[in-house]
Amino acid sequence: MSFLQLERVSVGFMRYEGIFRQHELGLLEDLSFGVGRGEIVALIGASGGGKSLLAHAIFGILPRNAVVNGTIRIDGSVLDDTHRNRVRGRRMALVPQSLSHLDPMTRCRKQIGWAGQRAGHPLDRRKTEALLARYGLDERAANAFPHELSGGMARRMMIAIATVGDPDLVVADEPTSGLDTEATGGILRHLRSLADAGKAVLLITHSLAEVLPFADRVAVMRGGRLEAIEPSDRFAGAGETLASPYARALWIALPQNAFTPGGAEC
Amino acid sequence: MSSHWPILVATRIVRLAFLLAAVAVVAFTLAKLSPVDPVNAYLGPAIAKVGPEQRELIARKWGLDQPATVQFGKWFHNVLSGDLGTSRTFNAPVADVLAKRVQASLPLMGMAWLLSGILGFTLGVVAGARPDTWTDRIIRTYAYVLASTPTFWLAIVLLVVFSVGLSLTPVCCAAPIGVLPEDVTLLERLHHLILPLIALTVLGVAQITLHTRAKMVEIMQSDFALYARAQGASLADVAVRHGARNAALPAITVLFASLGELFGGSILTEQVFAYPGLGQAAVQAGISGDVPLLLAVALCLTLVVSVGNTIADILYRVVDPRIGAVHDLEARP
Amino acid sequence: MTDAALTRPVTGVPVRRNKRIATIAATCAGASGIAVVVVGSLAFGNFGIEPDFSARLLPPSLAHWFGTDQFGHDMFARTIHGLKLSLWVGVVAATLSTLIAVGLAILATTCGRWADILVSFLVDAAMGLPHLVLLILISFALGGGTHAVIVAVAVTHWPRLTRILRAEILQIRHAEFVIASRQFGKSWWYVGQHHFLPHLVPQMLVGLVLLFPHAILHEAGLTFIGFGIEPTKPAIGILLSDSMRYLTAGKWWLGLFPGLSLVLLVLCFDAIGNGLRLLADPRQAQT
Repeated sequence: MSFLQLERVSVGFMRYEGIFRQHELGLLEDLSFGVGRGEIVALIGASGGGKSLLAHAIFGILPRNAVVNGTIRIDGSVLDDTHRNRVRGRRMALVPQSLSHLDPMTRCRKQIGWAGQRAGHPLDRRKTEALLARYGLDERAANAFPHELSGGMARRMMIAIATVGDPDLVVADEPTSGLDTEATGGILRHLRSLADAGKAVLLITHSLAEVLPFADRVAVMRGGRLEAIEPSDRFAGAGETLASPYARALWIALPQNAFTPGGAEC
Repeated sequence: MSSHWPILVATRIVRLAFLLAAVAVVAFTLAKLSPVDPVNAYLGPAIAKVGPEQRELIARKWGLDQPATVQFGKWFHNVLSGDLGTSRTFNAPVADVLAKRVQASLPLMGMAWLLSGILGFTLGVVAGARPDTWTDRIIRTYAYVLASTPTFWLAIVLLVVFSVGLSLTPVCCAAPIGVLPEDVTLLERLHHLILPLIALTVLGVAQITLHTRAKMVEIMQSDFALYARAQGASLADVAVRHGARNAALPAITVLFASLGELFGGSILTEQVFAYPGLGQAAVQAGISGDVPLLLAVALCLTLVVSVGNTIADILYRVVDPRIGAVHDLEARP
Repeated sequence: MTDAALTRPVTGVPVRRNKRIATIAATCAGASGIAVVVVGSLAFGNFGIEPDFSARLLPPSLAHWFGTDQFGHDMFARTIHGLKLSLWVGVVAATLSTLIAVGLAILATTCGRWADILVSFLVDAAMGLPHLVLLILISFALGGGTHAVIVAVAVTHWPRLTRILRAEILQIRHAEFVIASRQFGKSWWYVGQHHFLPHLVPQMLVGLVLLFPHAILHEAGLTFIGFGIEPTKPAIGILLSDSMRYLTAGKWWLGLFPGLSLVLLVLCFDAIGNGLRLLADPRQAQT
């Protein structure tokens, strides 16, 4: 069994319809797949399709009107509330989507320090510098407030925060959105090296082309359901070896394949 | 960036001056509009013994025979040069009356202000950290009910329970009756202060609590609080490190902005406990038509309340790193 | 949803209570509380106004729920009369205040930049002033009495609503449907009738109801310190200030019940306000 195992996981929201009637609005349905140690699994889906909800469900930070069904396992044991409290930050860590996930009123150095304490790995000054240096962040970045960081620096800062506790699973939620090609490559290389060091990496993204060179497998989502899971080396040529027609259509639609005009990302 | 805030302070001060001038005009006009005749109000029951000539003499002496604009010009000029006039009710210069009253009111209002800030903030943080739990419901209900409670009625209830029922606290005033002011001990002063203080504090708590709670609920649902949870932070950790830190500034702003309410509350509280403070002086001035004192109190309170609002406004801009103005701190090791 | 037998909840979201039912129930309770006051005051007529010297200063009993005062007035009837007076002052003052707010908000949004700056200054100034001092001054200027209180309360309570309405109007002004409507050549008058009013009326109503508690509390305070309603009328502020003379003699009921009833009346309006806010905008309201 993989390190992270999802079994028929679905996520929905209770919504008010009119004044009194509540109904459940399903956004993710029946997701089952696993992420093993040493591999990057890329979860691909359209923007706004609710992919991030899966990350939030794993870490238990969905809004209060969310309903989660199904089973999530970490290293074989079911992730319930008590288990989650034990492993959050220590065995699994999140790289969030945007800058708004850093406290705007607190300098980054302090926020890394807090993350260290939370993960049970208190950092001294030297360790902090070493950690930051690994992700190409200097003294100035450490002393900055989050809004003073560039997009790429912020992402690297968040990867640094995520790896403070040396977790076995890293879930990265759209870590490259809004970055230029160079910064994107940098971030994905960092994630690849985490996987190569034996961690399980779940990479949530909307851009197939960007992540193909780095991912081991690609989980393709369509309308809240899992369409297919394909090894990334099958995305080659005209995609003849891809089992799912939808995955093939996505692959063919990529601009560098130029089989169909327009329609870049899914 | 740091060059911004002297300009900010300067504009606020200009605004403040405008506001005070506007209040002076409005207050003076209102006082002149009053059907209460100052001479009659001054004479009181002695009115029967005074002939029309004498009344005219008094009116002339006070300058009441001149047009209102002239009276205003004279009064405004005097105020600017530091002369607030003479209080007819207390038969003393207004400045002296004010000074004495402020001395009595300051400990009451200052302590009530601080205590309600600290208590209200704490309750708000506790309630907002875990919304919809029983703790939250109790704190919220308490604050809602208090926000709907008239201050003076709360003071009356406290008086009935603690002073009349349990005889724990004095019934009135700032010191024991019949004791010379210089003989009053600190303990006696505190003993007389405690009920008005509780009444005023409990009232102030409601607003800060509700405001802080709302802010906390918002912060606890913010991306950075959720991310902290995902890092393995406990609820208390998030509530203190992210919640309380981020909610503190809005709470302080509300606290400064609530000075007006505090004065309103103190007027009513002082009335119930016959506490000889600024609020009671304002009421007496109004009832006996003592225009110079009434105007002075209005200006004095406007000044304090507006300065409070201005401080809140400036504080907000200076402390929040996103608004800038702290970049020179960046060089800190 | 997936087959329930195969799945188990990961985060526990068991039975979800519908909070809105409670909000609407509270609104109905608030409305009936106000109805009780109005009907009760009519039903009591002169009872509680006419003195009855055979029953002076009686403690609460089955015959006199809230006791009687020094003139033998039944305090329950007197309190109900007082609450009706509060209601009356509250309705008139809050309505006047809302009208001022609407007028200023329209002025600020339609008469150019300087009008906007002027209104903003007025709002800031009025919010920065200590309310009770302004109330005292206005009431002093008008020589006290019910009319003075109504004017004083009306003139001091518009700033917050003005600010809300101004923001609301600005938002609608720049909304696409208004811009589209203008491009189709509709007059501002037409746009005002068909787009602005339907959006602003709910906001105004909610604002109006939420003004009530403030208006009622300020009226009571002003009356209590002697600048408000005439001492001959059974206003709550008068009842409480009269009670001050008898409290030290142990006549606690004179002070307790009128105030408590006033708190309940204010809570009734809060509940109605919350309910209206929900009904006015069911999608946005969280509770």
